[in-house]
Amino acid sequence: MMNGQMDVRHTIPDHLLMGYAAGNLPEAFNLVIATHVSLSDDSRSRLAAFEAVGGAMIDRMAPVDMADDCLDRVLDRISGMPQANARAPRLAAGIFPAPLADYLGHDETSVNWRPVSSGVKQSILHADRQGSVRLLSIPAGAEMPDHGHRGLELTLVLKGSFIDGNRRYGRGDIAVADEDTEHTPVASSDEVCICLAATDAPLRLKGLLPRLAQPFFRI
Amino acid sequence: MTIGQDDTDWAALLLRVRDHQDRAAFAALFRQFAPRVKGFLMRSGADATLAEECAQDVMATLWQKAGLFDPSRASVATWVFTIARNRRIDALRRARRPEPEDLSWGPESEPDQADVFLAQEEVTRLGAALTQLPDKQRRLIERAYYGDLSHTELAQETGLPLGTIKSRIRLALEKLRYHLDERSRQ
Repeated sequence: MMNGQMDVRHTIPDHLLMGYAAGNLPEAFNLVIATHVSLSDDSRSRLAAFEAVGGAMIDRMAPVDMADDCLDRVLDRISGMPQANARAPRLAAGIFPAPLADYLGHDETSVNWRPVSSGVKQSILHADRQGSVRLLSIPAGAEMPDHGHRGLELTLVLKGSFIDGNRRYGRGDIAVADEDTEHTPVASSDEVCICLAATDAPLRLKGLLPRLAQPFFRI
Repeated sequence: MTIGQDDTDWAALLLRVRDHQDRAAFAALFRQFAPRVKGFLMRSGADATLAEECAQDVMATLWQKAGLFDPSRASVATWVFTIARNRRIDALRRARRPEPEDLSWGPESEPDQADVFLAQEEVTRLGAALTQLPDKQRRLIERAYYGDLSHTELAQETGLPLGTIKSRIRLALEKLRYHLDERSRQ
């Protein structure tokens, strides 16, 4: 990934990185992208570039007058205010990079897995009207049950790998799929595959649909 | 527009805040950036009162987090932007926004001066690139950064000049890749 070998299907598209830089994404996507960027130097450098665009906008912004006492008030506030003098190390916990471990407050050994079907397990981390994000555990060699494609899906590999068509997605790779994507991902045969998956599909209330109609994405 | 193109070395001022808690340097940064942050937040939909309050918060955070500023990785304007963006997200309480892991940049403590220069100059070059975009494209970019375009809208906007932006920031990407390659060799 580092030497310009760009495969758009393995990485996050520009418009989503821009949305993340601008601070406009659903929480579910924020979590997946922060986790992915922690694992991908290429995405990290592209994100830095999109943040620099925000810097250019601040730079070009026409200044708006502030009340005369604003500076003094802030100078008062910062008197004696402690300065963070070094980056507090945020440590990854096992296979979970820091943003995910921080978000959950634990590592992968404490995940509250729920069975979905034929050995596939999931744990829903967050769901709101803008989307949802979950951890998925797929047994070695097992086919991911059919995604009922709704909206945009980001699937980030945290452990193991899966094969989709002739592509292999390993740790840190992200698969991007929308309603038009036809695919049948299969976990690699050597080990269980753990993914962090987000969708911006509207939330469906649990229990309103028969279980068979929602074999993979439960809500 | 010549804003931001004067010769003031904002990074040097922020380093004086970082290393010497220099209040005069902070005041100069405040006069430059606080009114622009206020403008940015008003364009993002805040009223003048809220924008002014939040701009003060952003500048206090700039003081508090000066120790985290690395002038070889981001310009002061970019650093201010990220603080203002996070303040806006907090104010709206719309969504949590986890941050990526920080990088450790190896044993060298003093950043390379050429890198510092490039990172600080980047924003000026990007700003110039933005002003040269056709109006429609520039307004789209602006709306995205004011929080006015969802990712779905961003995806649908085929007129969005992401390629143009990327070509303008190629230098930044190459520089970062160089550092990341260095890091992975250590």
